[in-house]
Amino acid sequence: MFRKLPDPAAPTVTVTIDGRAHTVAAHETAASAALLAGMGATRRSPVTGEPRAPFCMMGVCYECLMVIDDVPSRQACLVTVADGMRIDRQPGARALDFGGEDA
Amino acid sequence: MAEMQDLVVVGAGPAGLAAATQAAELGLSATVLDEQPAPGGQIYRAVERAAQGPAAAALGEDFRHGLSVVDAFRRSGAGYRPGLQVWQVEQSGEVLASDGQRSEAFPARRAVIAVGASERPVPIPGWTLPGVMTVGAGQILLKSSGMMPSGETWVAGSGPLPLLYLSQIIAAGGRIAGYIDTTPAANGLAAGPHLFAALRNLPYLRKGLKLRGVLRRSGIPVHRADSVEAAGDGRVERVRFRAGGAWQEKPCDLLMLHEGVVPNVHVTMAVGCAHGWDDRQKCFRPTLDEWGRTDIQPILVAGDCGGIEGARAAELRGRLVALGAAADLGRIDQATRDRLARPLRRELGRHLPIRAFLDTLFTPRPEVLSPPDAVIACRCESVTAGQVRETVRIGAVGPNQAKSFIRCGMGPCQGRFCGLTVTGIIAEATGRTPGEVGFFRIRPPLKTLTLGELAALAE
Repeated sequence: MFRKLPDPAAPTVTVTIDGRAHTVAAHETAASAALLAGMGATRRSPVTGEPRAPFCMMGVCYECLMVIDDVPSRQACLVTVADGMRIDRQPGARALDFGGEDA
Repeated sequence: MAEMQDLVVVGAGPAGLAAATQAAELGLSATVLDEQPAPGGQIYRAVERAAQGPAAAALGEDFRHGLSVVDAFRRSGAGYRPGLQVWQVEQSGEVLASDGQRSEAFPARRAVIAVGASERPVPIPGWTLPGVMTVGAGQILLKSSGMMPSGETWVAGSGPLPLLYLSQIIAAGGRIAGYIDTTPAANGLAAGPHLFAALRNLPYLRKGLKLRGVLRRSGIPVHRADSVEAAGDGRVERVRFRAGGAWQEKPCDLLMLHEGVVPNVHVTMAVGCAHGWDDRQKCFRPTLDEWGRTDIQPILVAGDCGGIEGARAAELRGRLVALGAAADLGRIDQATRDRLARPLRRELGRHLPIRAFLDTLFTPRPEVLSPPDAVIACRCESVTAGQVRETVRIGAVGPNQAKSFIRCGMGPCQGRFCGLTVTGIIAEATGRTPGEVGFFRIRPPLKTLTLGELAALAE
């Protein structure tokens, strides 16, 4: 879907996208990194279960909600990547963590 | 709580940066709050880095101009707080924002709302499929990440932005499978009477013609179509369009849509400022005077969130709003304000005459404003246009009733990507104007917020 223009001078970080390690430019957002990794759907709609993916890339549409470093419902297009960041698909509605065993 | 400022500016695009720069130059205290990690807004997104990056030449001189706006701001001494989401603006001018962990209050004598524009919703069949994005999203990826579309990429829509984006991709050596131009043929005739005024904006017109020339010489196929659909299993695989009455279908793995931009009115609506329907631009906008003043004294508006005028005009509006605020706060007298404003207004007069022509030429086709029944209107809650029409049949008189009946506009985007569609559908179904129908009632928090972020305010 997307490719990068060569930019050898840009510093890089290593992130885990959908369980696999990727080396990406340090200025990438979690959403652009997921698009570059060819992730396709980045979440499922909590209403219908349909696959969804980043749409506006400017923080307006909330389609890019993902699980980032185990925190669900983050707007991936507004999160800059960091070394060691884990970026995961969001399965639907955010689960509430009440701290108990059934959380 | 932050220190009281003369101006707290929401948004670091050209309007917000220019307002803060002008205010600081006059000795006022000013702080800019912005969602992004770097100044420039969407139009000059990541300009400090991108202007040195691999896409710099392709992005062009107009983009590069953003560097001068950002440089002036950096030198001005105005405060800058990136990475903050504003979730509430009080009628007092105080602004509440969160960095994702904790909220903070920013008291201000005047709040300058400079949150710009976003792309008009383009509700077509299949627009929620992965692989369907806005043209603006594609351009943001080019500016901020040097990302180029690859594979079978189609661009569909109308307006200056698709032409600009296509020319940038061509300049960067990219490939586009085709452009589906949805501009209604009749718009050209309607725009004709505005052409004379537009001639006062010759550089703009020349730029438009140049972009069309670049597109023509590129060999990218252009199809004039009056309807577009995306289709696929789990992601976009095909684009369908109706050209000259006949449907065509093409393989597609990335479809970018665009039908113009509209002001971001959620902030000013939530504060309670008066708004009206702009029938030429087919959008709501706050009611402003020549100094960007709303009907609520501490709340000022600069740039495209007050009506679409473009980046260069936004910069001038930002400076004018700061001059007005400085006079209203007693920091300069009115004669000084008017003297400093004169050259800015003269330049503004050079950027505005083309708007009527552009607005009319690129007025979206009716099915963008009120799509067919099967099309999803509200992406967050997966509500179709037909379901919205059904609420009208059972008695909903406006968007707020429709919202409580079927949840359209109640998801995390809070109606940003369905508000105009829901208004458009109800207006068409009831034979009223969008202005009469009105918009969703917008309430804080303007952005999703955890209770933890909220509780941090009390610390």
